[in-house]
Formats: sequence, C-alpha cells, structure tokens
Amino acid sequence: MILQTVIHFIVFPLLSLTLVLGFIRLLLGPTLPDRIIAFELISITSAGIIVVTAIVTDQAVLLDVASAWAIISFLSVIAFSYYIEKWRGRP
Amino acid sequence: MSEILISILLVIGSFFMLVAGLGMLRMPDLFLRMSCSTKAATIGVGTVLFALALYFENLGVATRALATICFIFLTAPVGAHRIGRIAYLVGVSLWEGTIKDELKGVYAEDACVPFGTECRIPDINAPEVSPESEKGDGL
Repeated sequence: MILQTVIHFIVFPLLSLTLVLGFIRLLLGPTLPDRIIAFELISITSAGIIVVTAIVTDQAVLLDVASAWAIISFLSVIAFSYYIEKWRGRP
Repeated sequence: MSEILISILLVIGSFFMLVAGLGMLRMPDLFLRMSCSTKAATIGVGTVLFALALYFENLGVATRALATICFIFLTAPVGAHRIGRIAYLVGVSLWEGTIKDELKGVYAEDACVPFGTECRIPDINAPEVSPESEKGDGL
C-alpha cells in the first residue's frame, strides 16, 4: 500500500518532470549533438518508467521490454554519431 | 519492511533522474550536459532496476535486472564518448569558463569543420557537369 502511494505520488511525477526537461532541451538545443544527448536522456527515462510500471502492475515481463529498449537506444545513439561523422566529410 | 526499502530505492533513483534532467536544462555546455545525462541518469536507472530486482523475489527476474544494469553501465560511457568526440570534431564551442582543452592542437586544422557552414548536400537530380563538356561549351 505504501509502495503504490509512493510510486503514484512521488516517483511518476519526478520521472515525468525529467521527460519534460529533456523535451525542453530537445526543442532548445542549439546544435545537433545537444538534441542527440537530450534524446538519449528521454529514452533512458522511458526505460525507467517502464520498470516502475512493471512494479506497479506486478508484471515481470515488462523488464524484458525495458532491456530491449535500452539496447535500441544505445544503437540509435551510435547510428546518429556515425551519420554525423559521414555528414562531416561532405564537400 | 521490504516495501519501505523498495520505496526508498525508487525515490532515490527518480531523484537522480530528475537531477539529470535539471542538469540537461541548466548546464552551459554540451560536454557538461553530457556528463549529467551519462552519470546521473545511469545511476538513477540502476537504482530503479535494483528496486525491481528486490520487488520480484525471483531469481530469473533478478538476473535479468542485473544484466540490464550491467548493459547500461557499459554502454552509456561508450555512447557518450562517441558523441563527445564527434561534437568536438564538428566544432561545437566550449563554455567560456573552460580552463583546459587537452584536445587543442591534436587534430589538424581542417579536421574541425564548423557546424552548419559547409553542409551543402549535393542535389541528386541535378545534371552532372563534367570538365569535358564545359570545355566544349567554351569553344
């Protein structure tokens, strides 16, 4: 009972506020690497939200979703940096 | 008792992630922002995953949670290092309060192309102009 209350009134608002701050940096970011960093923060926060949802709904299957999400976010960051490197070499 | 411990761990983890978001908004420089999102967000997700491993008293779930923690702890510095190196090469400006720039002079001058100045993407549909045809037109 304490756990449900704490999650609903403290943990979810803090994580949602983190998402909002990441989106503000994603909109403001002066350069492209800033936006990539903000995107990385947003994706890792989403993984945290999925894990907390697994605790609330008592479904252990959601942990697999979170780990796959972390793998995909890492690959997307690597792909972004690869394409920036390619794009730098353009005449 | 276990619920209280899990609640404390969850609050600590989400607080670290909030600190990461605040640093992402308030830090003056790309590289300082990157340190925020790498360190604070990684320790936040690690704490939340540890709370999940304590909540489900199951060996398989705990093993998967620890594997995810190890994966995030290994891959976050790799991604941050790659993004930081590319950002330095692309010419993202440092904060004016930066004291030491150890990469200054390591790369050649033409390796640092300023961002946005030479981003002319070639038009695929444009007709190709070879030097031979230009010479023919001149004659």
